[in-house]
Amino acid sequence: MKYVIIGNGIASIGAIEGIRKVDTTNEILVIGAEDSHAYGRPLISYLLAGKIGPERLALRPQDFYQKSNVSLMLGTRVTGIDTTTKTITTDQGDTVEFQHLLIATGGIPFSPSIPGTDGADVYNFTNLTHTQLLISKAKEIKRAVVIGGGLIGLKAGESLFDRGVEVTILELSPRILSLAFDENAAALAGKRLEEVGLHVRCGVTAKDIQRDTDGRLKGIHLTDGDFLQCDAVVIAIGVVPNYDLAKNAAIEVDQGIRVDEHMHTSAEGVYAAGDVAQAKDLLFGEKRVIPIWTNAYNQGFCAGKNMAGCATEFTGSLSMNSISFYGLPTISVGRVNPPEGDDSYEIALSLDEKKKSYRKLVFQNDRLVGYVLVGDIDMAGMYTAFVKFKMAVPEGAKKQILAGEPDVLMWPDDFFQETWNPGVVDPD
Amino acid sequence: MKRVYPNKEYCIGCHLCELACITSHSKSKDLIIAFREERGKDGLSPRKRVFENGDISVAISCRHCDEPACVAACIAGGLHKDPETGRTVYDREKCVGCWSCLMSCPYGAIRRHPTEDKIVKCDLCFERENGPACVEACPNGALKFEER
Repeated sequence: MKYVIIGNGIASIGAIEGIRKVDTTNEILVIGAEDSHAYGRPLISYLLAGKIGPERLALRPQDFYQKSNVSLMLGTRVTGIDTTTKTITTDQGDTVEFQHLLIATGGIPFSPSIPGTDGADVYNFTNLTHTQLLISKAKEIKRAVVIGGGLIGLKAGESLFDRGVEVTILELSPRILSLAFDENAAALAGKRLEEVGLHVRCGVTAKDIQRDTDGRLKGIHLTDGDFLQCDAVVIAIGVVPNYDLAKNAAIEVDQGIRVDEHMHTSAEGVYAAGDVAQAKDLLFGEKRVIPIWTNAYNQGFCAGKNMAGCATEFTGSLSMNSISFYGLPTISVGRVNPPEGDDSYEIALSLDEKKKSYRKLVFQNDRLVGYVLVGDIDMAGMYTAFVKFKMAVPEGAKKQILAGEPDVLMWPDDFFQETWNPGVVDPD
Repeated sequence: MKRVYPNKEYCIGCHLCELACITSHSKSKDLIIAFREERGKDGLSPRKRVFENGDISVAISCRHCDEPACVAACIAGGLHKDPETGRTVYDREKCVGCWSCLMSCPYGAIRRHPTEDKIVKCDLCFERENGPACVEACPNGALKFEER
């Protein structure tokens, strides 16, 4: 087989589209552990909340694979990669040869060692199976506890609440959304959740999960001594790169599978993309794992083009998150919490608690390297342009940006022309 | 493919493109009804945005990029690239209003629908015989619909 892709998520879709941009004929084989067509993983919270039906989960139309000449091996786990013979083996007993292989196995939920975790009614919230279980469970339960106040935890909490379940969210650090957002944004989002009726408790986590003698879930003992009765626990602390396959095949692994500027791993003909890959960071150059949706697609797309023989350099991962809490939209892009005491950063804030509106811009020297918006998010893309294209913000324009009015006319003239109106020569 | 190219040297900031855009996307196809009724009732809004800075202005909308950042960001499969026409196509039914595309598009070409959790984006007036309404309405030739 010319192209083999392990994994059937968004990085895989990106790779198929990347390959097909260059090579429309040679067959592609996708091997996926889950027995379903590629679905939008962030969509499972919409499914759990009852905002969409299962028919809307598929990322691409039904005929996508057929039209793209892709064959699928679903419900199949890859058990080993042999980089010398260029073959892989599966738990179905198949051996598949490849010329170009993409490892897009994503992340696996991280589970802390809390006594009592093993057993019924403890869920992660990263796949469809758990979502379907939670949907049927929600009908019969009263209370749930979500461990983890990050994006996945909060969305899981919100969705269960929408199903009529009383929800408490536990976050070990002093505030929710500690990674992707900053204090002010987290406070606004937290308040919104509390207003609606969810309970958010920070600075505390689960000490142990208690069960009765039959093993049925009773509740959670907290580190501050409290006890919370509940009928379900959702663990949403984060995901870690699912790189064992690569590691066992002696492919270079650090925090994730290390890839070069062409998304190529240390093994000939083997590429990696998505939450499993450790790739170049757009802003700071070093290699990092940034497990977010857009990066997964872009990395897959770039890997796909390279696999098909079109040498394409990866422009770099950029952290970006857009998430709404009961109608309160929040967006965070790039570096939003610069290291303390580093004088090269300058921060500008504007906060209106009444209007639930917040804007934080993070500059490094004369460049915008990150921002947070809550409430009024309409100009987000224009801020993203400054971060993504690394355009210097002229002193005169800084004021305007700070006022919440970034503008395409602030772009350097040449770049504007090349982007918006290429191929026109001024008469004079 | 043919795209709309804005020239800021010629743009006079009259906003007629925005009016033509909402008329073209209205039910009534009548400027006055579109502006006075459908705008408020249905949240009808233009897919273009005129930026003004001093005496310079420009009207921008979706560039229908070859490799669009919005498509890469869409968690719902609501945006895709049509391989045949080259258009970046929006499927309103699939959109869940997560605003990932709005965050990702560095051209600021995606807006929120005023009343629904949906986006509003240029579709190049694909059903319109004479091509994009904004181009036709531009009084100073600042918008060109052509292959480059």
